[in-house]
Amino acid sequence: MGKTIIEKILARAAGGRSVAPGDAFVVDVDIAVLIDSNFFPVYWREIRKVADPKKIVVVFDHRIPAPDRASARAHAVGREFVKRFGIERFHDVGPDQGISHVIAAEWGYALPGSLLVCSDSHTGSVGAFNCAGRGIGGADVVYAAITGETWFRMRPTIRYDIVGKLRPEVVSKDVFLSLAHTYGDHRQDNVEFGGPALADLSLDARRTISTMATELNAGFVVFEPDDLLIEYVRKRNPSPFEPQWPDPDATYKDRRVVDLSAMEPLVALPDAIIGNVVPVGQAAGEPIQQAFIGSCANGSFDDLEIAARVLAGHRVAAGVRLLITPASQAIYRQALKAGLIEVFTEAGAIVTSASCGVCAGGHLGVLGPNETCITASTRNLKGRMGDPTACIYMASPATVAASAIAGAIAHPGEFIGNMPS
Amino acid sequence: MIAGRIWKLGDNISTDLIMPGHSVYLPEEERLRFVFQATRPGWAKNVRPGDLIVAGSNFGTGSSRPAPLSFRSLGIACLLADSITDLFYRNCVSFGLLALECPGVAQAFEEDQTAEVSLEDFTVRNRTTGRILQAARVPERLVQLMVGGGVFPLLESEGLVGPADPTEASPGNTRANPSPSVI
Repeated sequence: MGKTIIEKILARAAGGRSVAPGDAFVVDVDIAVLIDSNFFPVYWREIRKVADPKKIVVVFDHRIPAPDRASARAHAVGREFVKRFGIERFHDVGPDQGISHVIAAEWGYALPGSLLVCSDSHTGSVGAFNCAGRGIGGADVVYAAITGETWFRMRPTIRYDIVGKLRPEVVSKDVFLSLAHTYGDHRQDNVEFGGPALADLSLDARRTISTMATELNAGFVVFEPDDLLIEYVRKRNPSPFEPQWPDPDATYKDRRVVDLSAMEPLVALPDAIIGNVVPVGQAAGEPIQQAFIGSCANGSFDDLEIAARVLAGHRVAAGVRLLITPASQAIYRQALKAGLIEVFTEAGAIVTSASCGVCAGGHLGVLGPNETCITASTRNLKGRMGDPTACIYMASPATVAASAIAGAIAHPGEFIGNMPS
Repeated sequence: MIAGRIWKLGDNISTDLIMPGHSVYLPEEERLRFVFQATRPGWAKNVRPGDLIVAGSNFGTGSSRPAPLSFRSLGIACLLADSITDLFYRNCVSFGLLALECPGVAQAFEEDQTAEVSLEDFTVRNRTTGRILQAARVPERLVQLMVGGGVFPLLESEGLVGPADPTEASPGNTRANPSPSVI
């Protein structure tokens, strides 16, 4: 019987054993990513042994630069751990820092055909790289670092074939919102993306979709590999890897065609995504106090570029705070060289260093009572970005930028429609 | 058998509701005050050790934060839900909270009723109505982790991690966390 991509990657990680939907099984982990959150007392115990320091990556991303003493202490614990075990792949606050899932992409840690784990729920982000990634929580990632192993329950796979072409004002965040609207809850099923239009989607665009698949309640998510991906990875990591394609007779729970040509800018209304998505026009005019572009899902160069195309020559409306977080310092530098940071600051936006802060309602850009925010990040759950009475709308970076200019939720088409791409 | 009063919750209960982002790194006592602050303010004060939670589908959706720890600290004896997301479920295993998927359980219970859970045959009984439901069976090894404090006590027993810091809400620090009452 033919296998899906995820079944092949997990079978290899399980030592060649065949894994079928329903099975619980133990796997060898290729890369375990630890983040600064893992070194706080609520998660941490002193680790006395690791399976292989070369298979561990440490990235500080959630609370950086340290906003308080507890964070500073956790960072010190993390640095001590790195030193004790001689971990070379360490991304401390500095030029090589970024949000862990983006670092996994930029540094080629997410090798096609491999298995990567991290505590964080958006680890499926690396699926855009044909890499099986999964958030496994703070205790299990410590277990994986120590033993080199973890466990999963196998789920069936849903296949999406992507066809068509996006209009200029429609971006991959809208593709995700459309999937949420059309197909809803994926109930932990694995998701595989492929199809003829994949080649037209940049790796950044694919990464937005793979990251956001967590919000569909998807299990593993993987994209088919192609030349664009393989060339990108080879430039960043000399290690050998084996990309995985699905067998022609792979068994899928369902097979769905996604037509990009039919998509339009969408917005998720506050508190939930699934069952809560409408065309931007239906929410247009809703006044906002904050707008955010960033996170592991929407802090890529592509995201910043389209935001700059909307913002160029405009000003953020009075009474609106537009916060922009490039997802890594490398993206920040790239945006600086391309003139995007100038566009943002001239427009009145605040550009922050790379962190999960605003998206997670942690230590940056926290919302106050009864405020309304439109965000291009990962979640709009009640209380996610601060006060539980705040309303969080979710949309693409283009729609968020257009809304920041208008001072209320606005369609990006009027700002982007006539621009050369 | 485990038996206790149940708290009834709905579908799609997120970890942002159980453990809001700003509370994750607070000392335990302060962190517990924010459990369900957005939807049921004061809930944590009214929970008694040995109580159970009954909820709908997709329990624990969202962030990976160690939200099961807060339930454990409050003494929740068992979480029963129509369905539990994979990540939350494995955090129940690895941080030590007894959790069972039991289709239909939300519809079978009203708040304040008493539930009985058997870990021998994974049945759930509504003591008030007498109705019996079958929960999904859980491998013995995972049950042991859930009732034994998760993976940290296991790793500690093998000399792979250091002891819990008794002054902190360390994972697996059973001294700081009262065991749920098992009848």
